[in-house]
Amino acid sequence: MDTYYHPKDLAHFPDIGKDAPELWQKFLAWYNAVFAEGALSEREKALIALAVAHTVQCPYCIDAYSTACLEKGSDIEQMTEAIHVAAAIRGGSSLVHGVQMRNHVDKVSM
Amino acid sequence: MAKVLPTLRKQQHPLADSAYQRRLLDDLSLRPFAEAAASAGHRPLKAAGISVLQLNVGKRCNQTCAHCHVDAGPERKEVMTRAVLEAALNFLAQSDIPMLDITGGAPEMHPDFREIVERATALGRHVMDRCNLSITRLPNYSYLPEFLAEYRVEVVASLPSYAAKTTDTQRGEGVFEDSIAALQHFNRLGYGKEGSGLILNLVTNPVGAFLPGNQHSLERDWKAQMKRRYGIEFNHLYTITNMPISRFLDFLLRSGNLEAYLEKLVTAFNPTTVEGLMCRTTLSVGWDGRLYDCDFNQMLDLGVGPQAPQTIFEATPESLSQRVIQLGQHCYGCTAGLGSSCGGATV
Repeated sequence: MDTYYHPKDLAHFPDIGKDAPELWQKFLAWYNAVFAEGALSEREKALIALAVAHTVQCPYCIDAYSTACLEKGSDIEQMTEAIHVAAAIRGGSSLVHGVQMRNHVDKVSM
Repeated sequence: MAKVLPTLRKQQHPLADSAYQRRLLDDLSLRPFAEAAASAGHRPLKAAGISVLQLNVGKRCNQTCAHCHVDAGPERKEVMTRAVLEAALNFLAQSDIPMLDITGGAPEMHPDFREIVERATALGRHVMDRCNLSITRLPNYSYLPEFLAEYRVEVVASLPSYAAKTTDTQRGEGVFEDSIAALQHFNRLGYGKEGSGLILNLVTNPVGAFLPGNQHSLERDWKAQMKRRYGIEFNHLYTITNMPISRFLDFLLRSGNLEAYLEKLVTAFNPTTVEGLMCRTTLSVGWDGRLYDCDFNQMLDLGVGPQAPQTIFEATPESLSQRVIQLGQHCYGCTAGLGSSCGGATV
């Protein structure tokens, strides 16, 4: 079956580095540093990543960070709440632009 | 919530046959574990003394956990015989092995459990009880917390999650509630409290086909959550990787996760874990007196090597302390990531 996304393609992510190796190395170093334990724990970062993955709707990230969240001790209830946070921000960011809508309506209306 | 199945033995499942399990893992065409161990400088892998004598006193258990490598359950009949017990305690007495680790099934269901604890303590050894917690809520075993406290037994208790749904998925409906009540009881006796000397450690296995996370980070999180949610304190959290054996192997097959999980274990092979593998310092004794390098080998019927005494009856500490360890593909479970053992991560 023809499809754009293949789960096994995630394992080939490093192939991106083949034709721009220096940039790939810089990305990898930064990426690993981002997800390392810091002021936020690895577990907290994985939950944030999971939420963002749903916002940008990256199926590879959703798979990878679902597993990462489980490994780092989160459960399905916590992960579901994280997704709701993502959805709430997405929904809220649409809704808050309604203030701009209302401002414009006020300006042009009698 | 997932249904907890009867034991593989009761189902007359092909996986109840240890030889079948070993063939299944061997047929996956993965790099032989012996080669991986050799790449870490251990050719062959040998024991480095015995610091833990682990007795598996039987396969009878009041639970049938979904991940159990023992295939333990209420209808199992295998119970350590009196003769084996005597031989094991004599072996302990003749040695300077500092720790006795009592496991099962539910080890407390052995009719002579109290005597084992009393005699090992009288020998001055540190005794550890691998406790499923719910056993202490059964009327015939309600004496356990006070008894264990009296003999200052270290309690190593299994709890996969601080949430009910995840725990009950692995261990059976209602087990979480019983576990929390049991832990609160242990706390009231002083277990897990700073300075009491009564050690209460928790063991968590992932509830699925994934590896455990960083043990130190998880311990920090668990301490905060267990205290906040249930007022429970404990000493340490141990993470244990699920071994592709018995009921967890059955789950891997049924869910289509076997190849991916084994690949994950092999890819995560960490050579620095080999030096501290628990089989190198543990001697495992089966209910019938047969000797094994670890409880996992025991459940795969992989006895100690041919050069070593095969049963506790002819064993001496000297004849076993430098033995060649018997390896199999399941061993990747103990060398993935930060390593795994009965005492948690090994690096």
